[in-house]
Amino acid sequence: MRRWNFALAAVTAASLLGAVGAFAEADKSIEGIEKYREALKDGNPAELFEATGEELWKKPAGPKNVSLEKCDLGLGAGVVDGAYAQLPRYFKDTDKVQDAESRVLTCMSTLQGVDVSKYVKAKWGSPERNDLNAIATFISGMSKDKPVKVSLAHPKEQAMFNLGKRMFYYQGGPHDFSCSTCHGQEGVRIRLQELPNIPTPKGAASGWTSWPAYRVSSGQMWGMQWRLADCFRQQRFPEPIYGSDVTIALSMFMAATSNGAIMATPGIKR
Amino acid sequence: MGHPMKIRAASKGGVTEVKVLMNHEMETGFRKDSSGNVVPAWFIAEVVAKLNGKEVMTAQWGPSVSKNPYLAFKIKGGKAGDKVAITWTDSKGDTRTDEATVS
Amino acid sequence: MLNQTSRRQLLKNGGLLGLIAAFGSALAPRFAFAAWNKAAFEGKTLADTYKAMGAEGAKESGEVQILASDIAENGAVVPLQCVSKLPNTTQIAFLVEKNPNMLAASFDIGPDIVADVTTRIKMGQTSNVIALVKADGKFYTATKEIKVTLGGCGG
Repeated sequence: MRRWNFALAAVTAASLLGAVGAFAEADKSIEGIEKYREALKDGNPAELFEATGEELWKKPAGPKNVSLEKCDLGLGAGVVDGAYAQLPRYFKDTDKVQDAESRVLTCMSTLQGVDVSKYVKAKWGSPERNDLNAIATFISGMSKDKPVKVSLAHPKEQAMFNLGKRMFYYQGGPHDFSCSTCHGQEGVRIRLQELPNIPTPKGAASGWTSWPAYRVSSGQMWGMQWRLADCFRQQRFPEPIYGSDVTIALSMFMAATSNGAIMATPGIKR
Repeated sequence: MGHPMKIRAASKGGVTEVKVLMNHEMETGFRKDSSGNVVPAWFIAEVVAKLNGKEVMTAQWGPSVSKNPYLAFKIKGGKAGDKVAITWTDSKGDTRTDEATVS
Repeated sequence: MLNQTSRRQLLKNGGLLGLIAAFGSALAPRFAFAAWNKAAFEGKTLADTYKAMGAEGAKESGEVQILASDIAENGAVVPLQCVSKLPNTTQIAFLVEKNPNMLAASFDIGPDIVADVTTRIKMGQTSNVIALVKADGKFYTATKEIKVTLGGCGG
């Protein structure tokens, strides 16, 4: 009996020590990862894509052989400075709420006379999508350090926000998943990465303000459209159409919830 | 040919700090494509740095330098207005030179 | 270091041989950089790599430092900085013990360069990383283990 007690006590003590050790280990790992992320910030390869995007923005192209420099991103024709921080927004000419990427498609179509359907149908990683990612990266860089200022004043903007919120909590697919399954609570991680609690301003900001981002794992530049498509894939949902309402709605939900947060675009991520 | 680099060079306290981002795939030669064929190695093999036309550093790289390589180093001396030039040459013999003015 | 003539020559050769390399089945490229230490980059053991670099008998030194995080969120990009306090440092190289080829990068440092170089390398798995430094004709090392983790979906 005594021996049994002793054994139990030893096991308990060992497991407690183990648990404490594991916590300390996790803390140390997170500290290490913070240091790793810090080291990456100085010299973000996204800068190379910003340069490419700027070149594409300024280069005459399409059947009309004009550049995108007159594109209206919401602050008037040709104003790029600060525009990304106020997107998505309602545009009168299209009577739609648009994000940066869908708006660029509109400008390619109206200004340059480009048939944009090939951009919509293209695969991730294709030259078409890479061009759009680069342009979005350039535009986002022109809003770096600016506060997010997304309006819900227009009924279509509010409707888009509502749709995004609904999509965020919509549960389905073979794994019965929703966005909120992973991004609807505080203090959870996948492996060593913290999962932002998107419905809160802080969580929305960490989900919104650092995309487009350079992915070190793949060496690719990802815009928010690609990021969201990958969320859909991970939920085992069908891939949303590029620039479709559901993608803009999710962006609207995140952007408006993070209003006031400072843009840190373009970002760098695992 | 290749795509442009991003070079930053800033002089502070008698030392010029140079930071370079290069645009390159840096294929290892170990990766397979979607049809299962090995993607041949293709990487920047040599980097040369010059200050006002004078060679100050050379580097030899293998394919395990990361894609879109980053390089930072410090030149003794150098002042605002000086020119820093970086040239890379890859394993296919492609080469590119870009220049930045020290700030 | 290469002089101008040999560099021009190797560019020519590089273009031609690069084309040949594209048809080769070997993993390593076949090109003719006069200065590119093929044997060192193809070394499969630390001993072979050191030998090809003339660095046999390299000694651990407290004057050589590797500055890097203990953990990398992704092995595709691992930032490494090496600082050497040894006088007359002429070369800094980064090696990864558990990579298929250990040598990642080597820098020839002229008298105008501070012995403090930063770059980013790929690591296949958690491994010791070695900074190999040549100073006054002798080789010295610093070693640091860097853990490579697998991350989640990327924030």
